[in-house]
Amino acid sequence: MPNMSLKKNEMPAQEPNIRNKNFSEVALGYSKETAVDESTRCLNCKNKPCVEGCPVNIDIPAFIQKVQQEDFEGAYDIISSSSSLPAVCGRVCPQETQCEGKCVRGIKGDPVGIGRLERFVADWHNENSTAAVTKPASNGHRAAIIGAGPAGLTCAGDLARMGYQVTVYEALHLAGGVLVYGIPEFRLPKAIVQKEIDGLKALGVEINTNTVVGKTITVDELFEQGFEAIFIGSGAGLPRFMGIPGENLKGVYSANEFLTRTNLMKAYNEDSDTPVQRAKNVAVVGGGNVAMDAARCAKRLGAENVYIVYRRGEAEMPARNEEIEHAKEEGIIFKTLNNPVEILGDEHKFVTGMKCIEMELGEPDESGRRSPVEKKGSEFVLDVDCVIMSIGTSPNPLIRNTTKGLETNRRGCFVADENGLTSREGVYAGGDAVTGAATVILAMGAGKTAAKAMDEYIKNKQG
Amino acid sequence: MYKIVRKKVLNPTVTLMDIDAPMVAKKAEPGQFIILRVDESGERIPLTVADFDRDKGTVTIIFQIVGATTEKLNAKNEGDYIQDFVGPLGVESHTDGLKKVAVVGGGVGCAIAYPIAKKLHNLGCEVHSVVGFRNKDLVILEEEFDAVSDKLCMMTDDGSHGTKGLVTDALKQLIESGEKYDEVITIGPLIMMKFVCALTKQYGIKTVVSMNPIMIDGTGMCGGCRLSVGGETKFACVDGPDFDGHLVDFDEAIERSSMYKPFERKKHEEVCNLLKKQG
Repeated sequence: MPNMSLKKNEMPAQEPNIRNKNFSEVALGYSKETAVDESTRCLNCKNKPCVEGCPVNIDIPAFIQKVQQEDFEGAYDIISSSSSLPAVCGRVCPQETQCEGKCVRGIKGDPVGIGRLERFVADWHNENSTAAVTKPASNGHRAAIIGAGPAGLTCAGDLARMGYQVTVYEALHLAGGVLVYGIPEFRLPKAIVQKEIDGLKALGVEINTNTVVGKTITVDELFEQGFEAIFIGSGAGLPRFMGIPGENLKGVYSANEFLTRTNLMKAYNEDSDTPVQRAKNVAVVGGGNVAMDAARCAKRLGAENVYIVYRRGEAEMPARNEEIEHAKEEGIIFKTLNNPVEILGDEHKFVTGMKCIEMELGEPDESGRRSPVEKKGSEFVLDVDCVIMSIGTSPNPLIRNTTKGLETNRRGCFVADENGLTSREGVYAGGDAVTGAATVILAMGAGKTAAKAMDEYIKNKQG
Repeated sequence: MYKIVRKKVLNPTVTLMDIDAPMVAKKAEPGQFIILRVDESGERIPLTVADFDRDKGTVTIIFQIVGATTEKLNAKNEGDYIQDFVGPLGVESHTDGLKKVAVVGGGVGCAIAYPIAKKLHNLGCEVHSVVGFRNKDLVILEEEFDAVSDKLCMMTDDGSHGTKGLVTDALKQLIESGEKYDEVITIGPLIMMKFVCALTKQYGIKTVVSMNPIMIDGTGMCGGCRLSVGGETKFACVDGPDFDGHLVDFDEAIERSSMYKPFERKKHEEVCNLLKKQG
């Protein structure tokens, strides 16, 4: 008999007022008992709507059945046959709009806690499994991956499992992309990312860090070196600024810079040689997941007041509900329907405040969201000494500018078909480099699709 | 890990190192930079390429010991390794069509001015080098500059070597004496570049500066290195590091470079104390 409880098992978490002062993981994970109990809420439907909702098509009911039987390694095998980064996805996927959004149990009550179960299974495997990863037999073909983020790592993992000799080129000193420089330790511990990367290395994937494709080596040179197909997963790229006065004052960061200093360079740690401003009052401009991450980092770095300043309303925020809720619990102050117009500084050019104007929602714009309109004469100054701009990115031009025949759209993103194929033979692309800033799991889905297409391309070329 | 194959002390505060980095050496051009990290907890710092040897696969860096990172780097010796070394980054210096150029270097900036002077010289351009140092003990690369310059003006603040005075004094004299330059290329402290640009603007001589702001990734991702150039925001790492000096907002760049001064001082003291204990 399935467990007919309408509520999913709560995720144990650190208390908000404790966790907002440390960088340890917020969500603590299900116990074995809780996981098994939650797994019994799954109806094991025949038509599996949840699988359709998963960008990498994990056989969700099958892995949940294994959890019910307490065969956790069996559950892991099912997940990992579709996903290269299970412990990561269990933590950062927006399940509410994907697998859980399609769950039949969600029609009346909570959907099955699929994400939480996935995380449990991956963590169980990482802690308990002794099974050594076996390197697949080589098929004698070589593929290159540009960028060791979610798209590139997924593509690399899938190709390696098919027997390809895969080399990944990463610009930074550490593999992981946004998983290491962007998403904070308290949402995704870096040891977990490292473990997943070690798993890929065990499959035979070679990762060359400190290599900037477009500078250190070009796409054409990679072909000359004998790679038969190339996947570009170079990520979202250059931060945008608003273009308002005062943006170059000391204390104004892009979210990329603030998060990179904090996460990749571990500036929160006393041992780190990388500085980050320990501000008293911080305004984060933007309403996405990245803005929530930046705000929660700023709070943990010791800020008394952290504001999210967003020009639309809370309902229009692109951030996940869970991230918004977590931020609120931790004391982040939401100043929605406000837009910055100028950043103010002192004689030494340090930030002293941010002038904002109140907004109201007008008619829906082309994105379908109601566009904000300024309320005349409603300007006020927010007392802050640090401003973090989290208003999106534009693609990095390094590869585009050094590779002939690679078509990009007007926003500078690579043009790729549904299989990830670009305008150039043998060159595939996916993730934020194609879509603009999106989610980890969509990038992973693109990496997976491209891996399949690259395999077909190389095999057909041969035949 | 990247091996230090040669270390040479140029003066008490400036050190040269050849780093084994064949992929970087293969592509490097004057004006470009690299980013390095000394050890696992190290910060990423940009250093402009001072020279390269494509056959040996080495890249030369010259750095002034000014903070924790350069202090740690200087404590390494030949045969030791540094954690990370990535590049070449940024856009190379443009040298096309230049027939007569004044290269103006100040202090450790001369280390970056030298490869450009050398390249121009090898292209058959007439090179006048004006190099300035605080005093005789801090002079670097004098012979090297001499070998690639049709004219060399050595300036020191105290007159202990060459002529007493600032690089702007010498440059002004050259211009006033009738030398006609296609371009002035200047690399050194921000304040020096600011005054060189102020001078050349009076004479309407195109002036290129090499900017070295605070950076993290060096590929455009963080935007920490942004500058105002002609009223537009530019990223030094991908748009530069060379810019039209007459358009750069130097006052803003000077302010921005001081963002982390107290942190840097504290870290530097910690490293000095640690090295003293180990020594």
